[in-house]
Amino acid sequence: MSSRKKILGAIRELILEPKVLPDIPNFSSPGNLAERFTQSISSNKGEVMTKSDFKKWFSTSGFSKVISLSRHFPELRTLPLPEDPHDLETLEVAILDGQFGIAENGAIWLEDTQLGLRALPFATEHLVIVLDRNKLEDTLHQGYDKIAVAHSGFGLFLAGPSKTADIEQSLVIGAQGAKSLRVVLM
Amino acid sequence: MKANSPSVALFIPCYVDQFYPQVGIATLELLEKLGCQVTYPLGQTCCGQPLANAGYARDTVGTASHFIETFNDYDYVVCPSGSCTLHVKEHFPAIAGLEKEQKALEHKIYELIEFITDVLKIEKLEGKFPHRVGFHSSCHGQRGLHLSSGSELNQPPYNKARKLLENLEGLEWVELSRTDECCGFGGTFAVTEEALSIQMGKDRLADHQQHKTEILTGGDMSCIMHLQGIATRSKQELKFLHLAEILNKALL
Amino acid sequence: MTHPENATEFLKDSQKSKWHDETLWFVRDKRDKVSKGIPEWEQLRELASGIKDYVLANLADYLEEFERNAIKNGIIVHWAADSEEHNRLVLEILQQQNCKAVVKSKSILTEECHLNPYLEKHGVEVVDTDLGERIVQFLNQPPSHIVLPAIHLKKREISELFHEKLHTEKGNEDPAYLTQAARIHLREKFFGAKVAITGVNFGIAETGEFVVCTNEGNADMGVHLAQVHIACMGIEKILPRRKDLGVFLRLLARSATGQPITNYNSHFRNPSPGKEIHIILVDNGRTAQLAREKFRNSLKCIRCGACMNTCPIYRRSGGFSYNSTVPGPIGSILSPGLDLKKHSSLPFASTLCGSCTDVCPVKINIHEQLYEWRQEVTKTHGEFAKGLSMKLANGIFKSPLAYKISGSMMRNALKSLPNSLIYHPLNIWGKNRNLPDPPKESFQQWYQKNRS
Repeated sequence: MSSRKKILGAIRELILEPKVLPDIPNFSSPGNLAERFTQSISSNKGEVMTKSDFKKWFSTSGFSKVISLSRHFPELRTLPLPEDPHDLETLEVAILDGQFGIAENGAIWLEDTQLGLRALPFATEHLVIVLDRNKLEDTLHQGYDKIAVAHSGFGLFLAGPSKTADIEQSLVIGAQGAKSLRVVLM
Repeated sequence: MKANSPSVALFIPCYVDQFYPQVGIATLELLEKLGCQVTYPLGQTCCGQPLANAGYARDTVGTASHFIETFNDYDYVVCPSGSCTLHVKEHFPAIAGLEKEQKALEHKIYELIEFITDVLKIEKLEGKFPHRVGFHSSCHGQRGLHLSSGSELNQPPYNKARKLLENLEGLEWVELSRTDECCGFGGTFAVTEEALSIQMGKDRLADHQQHKTEILTGGDMSCIMHLQGIATRSKQELKFLHLAEILNKALL
Repeated sequence: MTHPENATEFLKDSQKSKWHDETLWFVRDKRDKVSKGIPEWEQLRELASGIKDYVLANLADYLEEFERNAIKNGIIVHWAADSEEHNRLVLEILQQQNCKAVVKSKSILTEECHLNPYLEKHGVEVVDTDLGERIVQFLNQPPSHIVLPAIHLKKREISELFHEKLHTEKGNEDPAYLTQAARIHLREKFFGAKVAITGVNFGIAETGEFVVCTNEGNADMGVHLAQVHIACMGIEKILPRRKDLGVFLRLLARSATGQPITNYNSHFRNPSPGKEIHIILVDNGRTAQLAREKFRNSLKCIRCGACMNTCPIYRRSGGFSYNSTVPGPIGSILSPGLDLKKHSSLPFASTLCGSCTDVCPVKINIHEQLYEWRQEVTKTHGEFAKGLSMKLANGIFKSPLAYKISGSMMRNALKSLPNSLIYHPLNIWGKNRNLPDPPKESFQQWYQKNRS
């Protein structure tokens, strides 16, 4: 007998008390969405910026290896999107458009269409996500309502830079993935 | 004593009976001062918790049925221990033939403090106790009987014992760093995991010492016996009283 | 070694055990604070528990729905009845790819199956890519905590280890410096790996996708650079609907570390063009646990580790004291189902204080199940003497007269015996604790004299 049959058979043999699948209420919290979002990103060790602050930061940073897939900043691109993600090894900055953000925790939803290559937001040294300030949702519940079951080959709630506290619980930013996250609220 | 006052049976846990008669006396006197008609059924023994927690609940059928029969004729059963009360309520084996009596017992047995606040509906006690009191929250009283809010849960804070104590004139309530961490008694745990039990007890005592507790109190003498045992061994200057003793003294 | 023996050993280094306790208490405290910022917290726990209960009551249907949708998405689905089959399936995929080195992000399931030693035996190098896991892997140790794998180590020890393995400066204990060294080392591994293995936090039946959560981004670094992604998933990880993730992702990281969400929450629905995703659905004792009515709902666990952080025993005895892949309270109710004899001391490594139950985001009644496992353990593995003395005690408590006689004997013995005997090393209570001063009479005697 295949293991599939064995496992499903073992479960079906059991007489289990019927249960009811609970409905999820539409929880929401008070407060200005942009303010709460900004605070959340900052507690996740990212930074929310205005367009002009971002431009200032970018122009003084001197990065030469930049991939921008953002429709707001096509001019900042210095490299084309490669075919092979291994070519991202020395990428300095990736600039992407986020679909929407969640105020309660700073999570930003991205899918294949925004990412170009799935490895991009992880492999880059610094990550910039551009987000429309009208595209903020209250909690994850509203976020999941928004994406519903629409197909996303790869979807990602990204909330901050790569971080770890595995050495004596000291927080270090820049573990294996991007060393920083900047969110430009447009 | 009022003529129509409910009949209260005292359940004095075995180790309180044997080692801490003064706690039994204080409980009795306190309930009488609060207008209850109190009886101590002489045939009582133990609730069987030590056996059940050691994994032998199946061997407590005799103990439990004896308990149910002993306390059957009273309106309320009141016990100066959250742990033993919880055991009777939740961990008695189902006793065949006594189903009705067992169900009734589960609803009429109360830990002393909750009996005062929830049944007698006493909001505050007038009395005097000019001491710095540190409260040890027993796990079974708190998380089992919900005598106070737990630090783990998102719920409005409350503490039934504190409500009664804080109203006493001169009493200073000690705020601890860890308000409801276990003391490490845990019944047989105290001997099967001796090293951990001692360390947990020491840590609780250190919290009280650090916040200048003068008298350490609580609703379960088992926790206090363990903590006092460690404190005495290491010659710490700390006094220990059951909540019943404090309230009974304060109400003089 | 039993849990008490291991705990005694751990407590010998009193400075380190104090640090261990305080560090984990700090994490628990962060969890308390962040959870109190969510007014609907207790409602979320209730929902999560209800959703999981529903899944467990309909598990076969949901597994089939998940499989159907995953296949539709182009994911290759495998089933493994036990750890051996799981390990063999992983190896077969690696051999098909001619892969000799694999990167793996955190997966408690693969720890449970002892995948690493199996693959190494077959000539495959496994690189654990979570920083904490890489640290313990260098030391040939298992993780001591399911979320904080290296929580038992001090930075001095990690500094020495990295000096040896990664040639960092001798004596440099700066966590940022050490993390940077690991980053360089691990990124080299990511860019060289053909196959990446991950665990699974949630599998969604309705969409056939699965979700993996990390803070380091190591799971994604591995899988998006590799040609093949192998995801190892326990069959209990299913959620019915995508929107259920809203409940679980709000609870998971807050319960685990006190942060509002993990920084990377990846939803894998279909492979990138030209690549492969395999998912292995593993039983390994789960259907047996599902059949045990009293212990069934332990399968609701989402591996957040909150019960470890809050457990006064775990904090003071360390993860290794449990000698079980999943340590702490949840491990103590899961592991006896896998091997009752080996883990028979674990249900007793608790005071039944109940804190674990109250922090659990899916409301598993952990301490009640510990109590129930005790009843099971004593049926088959109780020591005879203990059973006998307990039966004797039951005889005493059943009979008021016998109780009175033995009680006064006990008090009299305490009065008349010399201290040297009472505090004999064999009297474990008295090793580090005094006994109460024996009173002259019991309460019962006082009552009879004064009130009856």
